[in-house]
Amino acid sequence: MASVQYREIEGRSVGFYGLLSGLALVIAGGLAAAWAMEHHGHVITGMSNRIVWGTPHVFAVFLIVAASGALNVASVASVFGRELYKPLSRLSGLLAVALLAGGLAVLVLDLGRPDRLIVAMTHYNFKSIFAWNIFLYTGFFAVVALYLWTQLERRMNGYTRPAGMLAFLWRLVLTTGTGSIFGFLVARQPYDSALLAPLFIVMSFSFGMAVFLLVLMAACHWSGRVLGDALLERLGRLLGVFVAAVLYFVAVHHLTNLYIARQTDLERFLLWDGGIYPLLFWVVQILIGGVVPLVLLFSGRTSRARGALAAAAACVVAGGFAQVYVIIIGGQAYPQLIFPGKEMSSSFLDGVVAGYVPSLPEVALGLGGVGLALALTVLGLKVLPFLPRSLADGKPDSATA
Amino acid sequence: MKPERRRFLGWTAAAAAAATLGPGLRLVELALARSPEEAASTLQRWGLLIDTASCSDCDACVTACHEENGVRGHNRPLTDAQWIRKVSLRDRRTGFAQTLPLMCQHCEHPPCVDVCPTGASFRRADGIVLVDKHTCIGCRYCVMACPFGARSFVHEPVSGQKPDVPRGKGTVESCTLCVHRVDRGETPACVEACNRDGGAAMVFGDLNDAAGELHRRLRTAPSTQLRADLALNTGVRYQGL
Amino acid sequence: MARIAAAILAASLAAAPLADAGEKRAGRVALPVVKITKGGDCVAPTDEMRRNHMEMLLHQRDRTMRQGLREKRFSLKNCVECHASRDTGSVLGKEGFCSSCHAYASVKIDCFECHTPMRQVPTAGAPR
Repeated sequence: MASVQYREIEGRSVGFYGLLSGLALVIAGGLAAAWAMEHHGHVITGMSNRIVWGTPHVFAVFLIVAASGALNVASVASVFGRELYKPLSRLSGLLAVALLAGGLAVLVLDLGRPDRLIVAMTHYNFKSIFAWNIFLYTGFFAVVALYLWTQLERRMNGYTRPAGMLAFLWRLVLTTGTGSIFGFLVARQPYDSALLAPLFIVMSFSFGMAVFLLVLMAACHWSGRVLGDALLERLGRLLGVFVAAVLYFVAVHHLTNLYIARQTDLERFLLWDGGIYPLLFWVVQILIGGVVPLVLLFSGRTSRARGALAAAAACVVAGGFAQVYVIIIGGQAYPQLIFPGKEMSSSFLDGVVAGYVPSLPEVALGLGGVGLALALTVLGLKVLPFLPRSLADGKPDSATA
Repeated sequence: MKPERRRFLGWTAAAAAAATLGPGLRLVELALARSPEEAASTLQRWGLLIDTASCSDCDACVTACHEENGVRGHNRPLTDAQWIRKVSLRDRRTGFAQTLPLMCQHCEHPPCVDVCPTGASFRRADGIVLVDKHTCIGCRYCVMACPFGARSFVHEPVSGQKPDVPRGKGTVESCTLCVHRVDRGETPACVEACNRDGGAAMVFGDLNDAAGELHRRLRTAPSTQLRADLALNTGVRYQGL
Repeated sequence: MARIAAAILAASLAAAPLADAGEKRAGRVALPVVKITKGGDCVAPTDEMRRNHMEMLLHQRDRTMRQGLREKRFSLKNCVECHASRDTGSVLGKEGFCSSCHAYASVKIDCFECHTPMRQVPTAGAPR
């Protein structure tokens, strides 16, 4: 095993402080939004008793799902023994923790009573998958911290593999838990499916890898580190496989629903006449988030170009947001079936598709979470040696991965 | 009780305060139908029967509920709390039209209780499903889980609450079956109003009480539970659906 | 012995802020206003109430909420009934029984986010 030299980023340039200040502004915007929501109530958001979870949850779920996916590169290195990825596994762990922190911050600040967070830590209903997720999320921090320690502390290096295995299994369970938040909603047709757990797992592979790639390329570019073409190409191909896997699960989910008579109206809504949701589904999720990246990543002409790789990753992120939006918002907009075979009307707009427009506080809060995740990553890179000095190709043992 | 209390106080102040409440209390009030110091019990299962054939085109139940519980809106139907709502149904095939009140169904296996992370959403021993607002963190997972759209998140600051019905911004609430009235031996406000001003379509009672009117009505004529496919064993039953 | 020690401790704890405030802080922090317009004894001696009223309320809260035990004695409604100001009918406000002391002690009250701070308007013939 060739020894890899890690080094903190210098973090003294104007660009560095500019980046941090920009992120701080975004975070401040998120906090201001949270304060306004807390002060005035959720009435200032686009959320309602029909669209119960809105844009903050889209951001939070994306970040949480991406967090567990960002750990993939590390898992591939330590669990599956691919030496090529090993130099990247520290960044992978850091990004995972940062993304999860960003997502959880959004989730917590959106609560009706964020001041009662302590209640969520002291009162548990163990039948609730949400309660389990509280343990899974906090446990994830601990497990990844342990994993990073085994990597950063030379004397602990021998334990990296078991720690990596633990982190890998934990993240699978964590994403199963996140998917099950929706999968266990028996009363809502768009959810209520065991398929959501594995779907969320492949989504996490894909979104996490895309975010990881973008952060890696930016970090190396801005800190003047060499980033080998072969390494990037391989990461890109891995991303392509994940994107294809997501498309497969999405197809299976919709095909299953199309086969069930009770669900065909729902499918018509989601895929055809549901307004913004089919548009987001076909154009952003499938075309931009699926087809375009696959073409960019696998066509012979573009697969080696860095710009194409970055574009593919950005497309996956955009498609991922659209996918989570369609799942969360679209799934709630569709009216609940209480009286089969009857048209329903009421002051609660039963039987009618619920309208929803994301509001400024919601978007600001969500972006604040993204800002927090990125700021934590940037600070982490400055204070601890997470990035190798060079990621150039051509180390004799790395080409065999 | 007094000497006992003194001894307690000598041990630790905090423990004393908690421990003496129990014995001290029993002296205070006299036994009534169900006295204030008698806990809700599983011997009872409170429920409702709604006869849609008698349900007239009025909203007496809604008005009475919201008056009783101090639920006031701001003319924003999607963010205002709606503990009970009148629903109009029209058969897609035949055009047959009906109307009925819809509220928390007080399930035996409530999905809202299953999903609540803190246990704030709970089912009392006598079957009434409630939100403990002291431990509700406002995550709205229960609103997502309810099959009937019966839960409301309080989107705006509230003032002028009724002493028996605390309500506050940032927590979730729903029909309590007028638990404060039931505990006094009265019927829920909606039922009272329906019998007085409406079509007398609602019956309140104990599903376990074979001698009661509710039990008799359910025993002698067919009734349905909403979303019976979910096997929630609802406490609210409908006839004529 | 323990009993005496506890009593001394309790007394000093209860008296400390008042004595302290009288000398040093009078100019800076407004002293709590304790105006009790309704006569008679509270549900427990004053020093016990000062120290433990929150425990009593918490205990009664869970009994009422979870078990439907609506004993009047330690109920918040009962507290408000006696302690609400005669002028405003409330336990909150500038000279409110709850709010002025809590402002002094700098402890946030969460009760009245949901519960009404107002005394019930007495109606003739009402059961309570």
